[in-house]
Amino acid sequence: MSRKRVVSATINGDLVEFLCEPRQTLLEVLRNVLELTGAKEGCSNGNCGACTVLMNGRPVVSCLVLAMEAEGAEIRTIEGVACGSHLDEVQQAFLQGAALQCGICTPGFIMQTEALLAENPQPSEDEIRFYLAGNLCRCTGYDKIVRAVQSAAAQRQQASHSTQATR
Amino acid sequence: MPRVFIPTNLRSLTQGLDQLEVGGSSVRAVIDQLESAHPGIREKLCDAQGNLRPGVSAVVNGSVAALGALQRVAPDAEIHFLPTIGGG
Amino acid sequence: MSTGQSRKYKVIGTRPVRHDGVDKVTGRAKYGADVRLTGMLYAAMLRSPHAHARIKRIDTSKAAAVPGVRAVVTSADLPEQGDRIVELGEGAANMPHLSSNILARDKVLYRGHAVAAVAADNIHIAEEAVKLIQVEYEILPPEMDVVKAMRSGASILHDDLRTEFASPSSGDSGPTNVAKQYLFEKGDVAAGFSRSEVVVEREFDTATVHQGYIEPHNATALWNPDGKITVWMSTQGAFSARQQTAEVLRVPVSSVKVVPMEIGGGFGGKIPIYLPPVAAVLSRKSGRPVKLVMQRADVFEATGPTPGSHIRLKMGVSKDGKIQAAEAWMAFEAGAYPGSPVGMACMCVFACYDIPNGRIEGYDVCVNRPRTFAYRAPGSTHVAFAIESVIDEICQKIGIDPAEFRLKNGAREGTRRVDGPTFPRVGMVETVEAIKNSAHYRTPLTGKNRGRGIASGFWFNVGLKSSVTATVNNDGTVSLVEGSTDIGGTRTSIAMQLAETLGIAAEDVNPTVADTDSVGYTDITGGSRVTFATGIAAVEAAKEIQRQLVERAALLWDCDPKAACYVDGGVQGPDGKRIGFKELAEKLHLTGGAVIGNGTSSAAQQGGAFGTHCVDLEVDPDTGKVQILRYTIAQDAGTAIHPSYVEGQMQGGVVQGIGWALNEEYFYDEQGSMRNATFLDYRMPTTYDVPMIDTIIVEVPDPAHPYGVRGVGEVPICPPPAAIANAIRAAVGVRMRELPMSPPRLLAEILKAQTK
Repeated sequence: MSRKRVVSATINGDLVEFLCEPRQTLLEVLRNVLELTGAKEGCSNGNCGACTVLMNGRPVVSCLVLAMEAEGAEIRTIEGVACGSHLDEVQQAFLQGAALQCGICTPGFIMQTEALLAENPQPSEDEIRFYLAGNLCRCTGYDKIVRAVQSAAAQRQQASHSTQATR
Repeated sequence: MPRVFIPTNLRSLTQGLDQLEVGGSSVRAVIDQLESAHPGIREKLCDAQGNLRPGVSAVVNGSVAALGALQRVAPDAEIHFLPTIGGG
Repeated sequence: MSTGQSRKYKVIGTRPVRHDGVDKVTGRAKYGADVRLTGMLYAAMLRSPHAHARIKRIDTSKAAAVPGVRAVVTSADLPEQGDRIVELGEGAANMPHLSSNILARDKVLYRGHAVAAVAADNIHIAEEAVKLIQVEYEILPPEMDVVKAMRSGASILHDDLRTEFASPSSGDSGPTNVAKQYLFEKGDVAAGFSRSEVVVEREFDTATVHQGYIEPHNATALWNPDGKITVWMSTQGAFSARQQTAEVLRVPVSSVKVVPMEIGGGFGGKIPIYLPPVAAVLSRKSGRPVKLVMQRADVFEATGPTPGSHIRLKMGVSKDGKIQAAEAWMAFEAGAYPGSPVGMACMCVFACYDIPNGRIEGYDVCVNRPRTFAYRAPGSTHVAFAIESVIDEICQKIGIDPAEFRLKNGAREGTRRVDGPTFPRVGMVETVEAIKNSAHYRTPLTGKNRGRGIASGFWFNVGLKSSVTATVNNDGTVSLVEGSTDIGGTRTSIAMQLAETLGIAAEDVNPTVADTDSVGYTDITGGSRVTFATGIAAVEAAKEIQRQLVERAALLWDCDPKAACYVDGGVQGPDGKRIGFKELAEKLHLTGGAVIGNGTSSAAQQGGAFGTHCVDLEVDPDTGKVQILRYTIAQDAGTAIHPSYVEGQMQGGVVQGIGWALNEEYFYDEQGSMRNATFLDYRMPTTYDVPMIDTIIVEVPDPAHPYGVRGVGEVPICPPPAAIANAIRAAVGVRMRELPMSPPRLLAEILKAQTK
């Protein structure tokens, strides 16, 4: 067993220091050390996307990232999406659009969608389906998820238009 | 009298008959009547305590009898014995 | 689209946000693997590398000596079961089989079969220690194929297994892998076939497939020194899990409390238990709570997929397109222990149609694969693939539109099933009509290598037992405690029925799924039963609340309760008096305290659910790859309580059915090792593989439910493989009779057809 080391990273806006072993994944540390259990473990090999978080703005499957690689990184997890008790457009759209059933894949889908909309604010259906293809959902058949992403994109567009209009 | 549909697998015990009119006001009473006319049939349907065997359901007028052997049956009832249905 | 029955309701038919929704979009919802207890240990399991072997010796001493290891268990730590069969509500369990599936006793019967477990300070120590356990095996030849396993001379899994023959006079089979024969007959099959102008007989094979829920099985257990055992886990049925755990451990059922955590999908796969007794015994031995979570490969290799099957189906039709006779023979993989859903498959195969003369024969066969379990409408998808393909071929032969054929022969109220009972009011033909009238079916499909197919399917709704307790709060809301674990929004569909009955808003009900000490007995979430049966319990509880509120109002008005009644969200009394639910709730403390309504239901099963699907697809003739272009599902929901979640069940079932049809299968090598036990290689559909799934909710209310609900969760998975096979035939002229219709298989058939 290797010795534990200290890693510092910004997680959901807060500077956090944690102890980890070299073999521990970011997912394991998030869930078991930092008690951020919103990222889910479905496969431990990057196939299902349930553990997706944003690392320096890019979506990563945290089961394939070593915790030590997070040194100095900016990490955003599902716990950091809502602003206080105010859900963001993606969360709202999933909720309103019944885009979840069991909900285990939902945090991963929401994080992947955040990355998509940051990159491409007006994605086509095909672009949405392509970008989310690494996130597995077994309950919904994806229909309502894709629609929720479309609706979140539209909401965000509208919000940015109205902010511009009021300026 | 209630009409009992004999499961295909038990028709060798009823001389090939596939339906029988049998007296009785409960599933259990009907099975007892069946047994006295066609010995050997009860142990195929019931356990030693007289409850329906695990995996066997009584279907009375198209509905699975929630009370099993204790289910009351009307004189014009139609009774079937079928495999228990589960689900996913 | 809805046929609009539900407009007579205020709450039913609306689409409120689900009560547990915020927790699930913020990551706050606690699933089984999210449980953390003080002093908790982590456990890992040793699993068999062989598909079939006798265990000669297990030496755990090296593992036990590793620093940080706190306990080790093998089957020697589980009590002997004797020859016991236990009724579990949705089915019976053979206890020696259940126990040795959890920890193998004398034999391992499939690769991945659990052999031992270690609890340690962290998961890494546990995983390292497990590797130090030494097991001496005597390797036996594996029997992997359902038909070969039936032959004499097959490698025998259980020396004591004898066929339970349909006919009592069949006698002793001797050692065999064939656990049970089923047989159903109606009318005169030979005469029916002789009256038929067109007779088609075909054979079909379907592969083993997994439910593929994203959340692996898990259990965290604490065995207290006072003998009380608490298990936190993801399960489709807390009470079933409690009973299975208690029976395996041979402790009283009341000494086990199961706390159902949020569950990350089940589809039938989280009814059986695998982990709680192991975690419990590790806890007893270590004195600490122990958490045990499966790896994804374990989920594939060692939990119950749904069986592969071999089916032979023959149907005879007269020139006017009426079915005269039909016959089916089928063998289903039970896996390591008896108990495949072949009996239900037998009861489903002909259920969509009025078949005057029929014969059905089924076999439950043990093979060296994991013990199979239900997967949405267990058994029905297999047989729908067979019958709906044969019907399509018959329609082609006699030149009749496949929707017309289904309208002409479809099961209706009064149709007698081949297995005996007659149908009450059902919606089979209505779903066919909905497809026939859909924009999809009426729009011609054009383009090369494109084809359209339709298929129907049936599944029962089981009733079983449910309990709820509803407490009126003095702010005019109701707390609803229920025993049905919520996999897909049933907290809300149950709460909505309570709200409708009380005339309050869905948002004014706070539903909670409770542990087994906190609510009355409730059977599993499965069998398309929860919105139906637990819904009935909620309606009963609401009626009980109505009765008590009428008494409270009568007290306030100083009148005879018989002169008052509950109408439209409040109590009406003599002389035009009226008091609303909220106002009355505020006065509970003045009028005698809490108002609590209990509801139970043990409703019998009802008519069941039917669906008809239409698919357009395109085949790439160079690769054999199928692209789904358009998909429409019409399904009878009885009354759709929350249409969004009804649609969600339909869409989810369809996409699982598409995966079953086109990609998914267990690949085994000759040694019986699964070679694709990862999501990447098992290859379930992703967003990019499917289009939007259009839904048509047909509403033919079920007379057995106060609001007409039918279960919707299972039947949508049944028609897709057949509909897709029929569409492939229309696209490229080859008829696929083996699932999955993956690119290599389809390409081979296309090439074969070209060389002819």
